[in-house]
Amino acid sequence: MNPPAGQRRLRLATTSLAGCFGCHMSLLDIDERLFDLLDRVDIDRSPLTDTKHCGPCDIGLIEGGICNAENIHVLREFRQQCKVLIAIGACAINGGLPAQRNHLDLGQCLQEVYLTGPGIIGGRIPDDPELPLPLNQVHPIHEIVRIDYFVPGCPPSGDAIWKFLTDLLDGRTPRLGHPLLHFD
Amino acid sequence: MNTPTLLLDGLPVPFSAGQTIMEAATAAGVFIPHLCHHPDFKPQGSCKLCTVKANGRYVSACTMPAKDGMEVENDSPDLNDKRRTLLQMLFVEGNHFCPSCEKSGDCLLQALAYELEMLTAHFAQFYPDRPVDASHPDVLLDFNRCILCELCVRASRDVDRKNVFALSGRGIGKHLIVNAESGRLADTGFSLADKAAHVCPVGVILAKRQGFLQPIGQRRYDRQPIAMQFASLPGSGGNGPEA
Ligand code: SF4
Ligand code: SF4
Ligand code: FES
Repeated sequence: MNPPAGQRRLRLATTSLAGCFGCHMSLLDIDERLFDLLDRVDIDRSPLTDTKHCGPCDIGLIEGGICNAENIHVLREFRQQCKVLIAIGACAINGGLPAQRNHLDLGQCLQEVYLTGPGIIGGRIPDDPELPLPLNQVHPIHEIVRIDYFVPGCPPSGDAIWKFLTDLLDGRTPRLGHPLLHFD
Repeated sequence: MNTPTLLLDGLPVPFSAGQTIMEAATAAGVFIPHLCHHPDFKPQGSCKLCTVKANGRYVSACTMPAKDGMEVENDSPDLNDKRRTLLQMLFVEGNHFCPSCEKSGDCLLQALAYELEMLTAHFAQFYPDRPVDASHPDVLLDFNRCILCELCVRASRDVDRKNVFALSGRGIGKHLIVNAESGRLADTGFSLADKAAHVCPVGVILAKRQGFLQPIGQRRYDRQPIAMQFASLPGSGGNGPEA
């Protein structure tokens, strides 16, 4: 599936913020269709390339919500560099599993995990200045920057991601009908 | 005399005197999105998901009596946009983390979101703090998902005659309460055999020890989207065919 005549190759960037990499695993789940995808796109910043910063891109895929200060910097970089930004998976869209901590006090969470939880002796709350500071709540990415498309699912299946990407690359309005559209 | 008939998106739908637009549509196998409507209970018209345009005016299909010659617009971009916005507000108002919800795949709110292609809740999340009530031996109450449809209130009051549930507060502070001094379900006469234990359209009133029994792929709305289930089983009742 080479780009149709006269169409240039597109640049795609991906990242996982407050996610579990499940959506990236689902992207890999398109299996041999990855070759078709790579015929049409070059991959810029992504866990797949280990490139650390995003150049100008056509499409950005964001997995995960916003749970710390670094997530916000990365998200803003993606918004600046990508013409089309896509929220992929439950966590990017509504906070998902990480947001289940939102009704808890962050200080108490850290205390329990690193100091007072069962089996912890001589624990310490990590305070390396290189570590990004956690936010008091986890939020979806559309609350920080404008998002162009949303692909729900926890994770969306490889088939859903493939349907979405091919619709987009072929210039159709991306659409996930039954059974590809699901929230779990 | 001819049978009275209304036009539903151009389709002639006969009905009998006293039927609402919703009842006429359901009998004809046409799906009108709804949340607070259930064929076994008196309609109360509070969620507004069933809003249609009847002779040019926005009305609730679940409460509006059908009239001969009435022209009803139902499945249109204008109405579906408004319904999607209502769903989005319901999603951000509570905590709807479907991947960990026992009702997922069998949930009316989720099925409507699929039907109306709601891909994002759009608004900013409220993330309210609503502790669950696990006090009852057989039933869990997870208030995080309550959409205030009052089906449990109606079932407990009108069928079970126990008055276990009520809505309290106003506006954004409105919430479901349990009729006991302690506020706990264990301190009421509620039982798993009650009608009210089986009417919640979302994942609030859940029987314990039965979660995730049905595998993903075989749950009610995995099999077929909700509107198609109505079309294939006309007259099956206003809350979707029973699984
Ligand atoms: S009640 Fe329905 S919409 Fe809410 S979390 Fe459960 S499955 Fe999702
Ligand atoms: S608990 Fe369920 S049935 Fe009762 S009001 Fe809330 S959503 Fe409706
Ligand atoms: S208002 Fe008609 S179904 Fe809720």
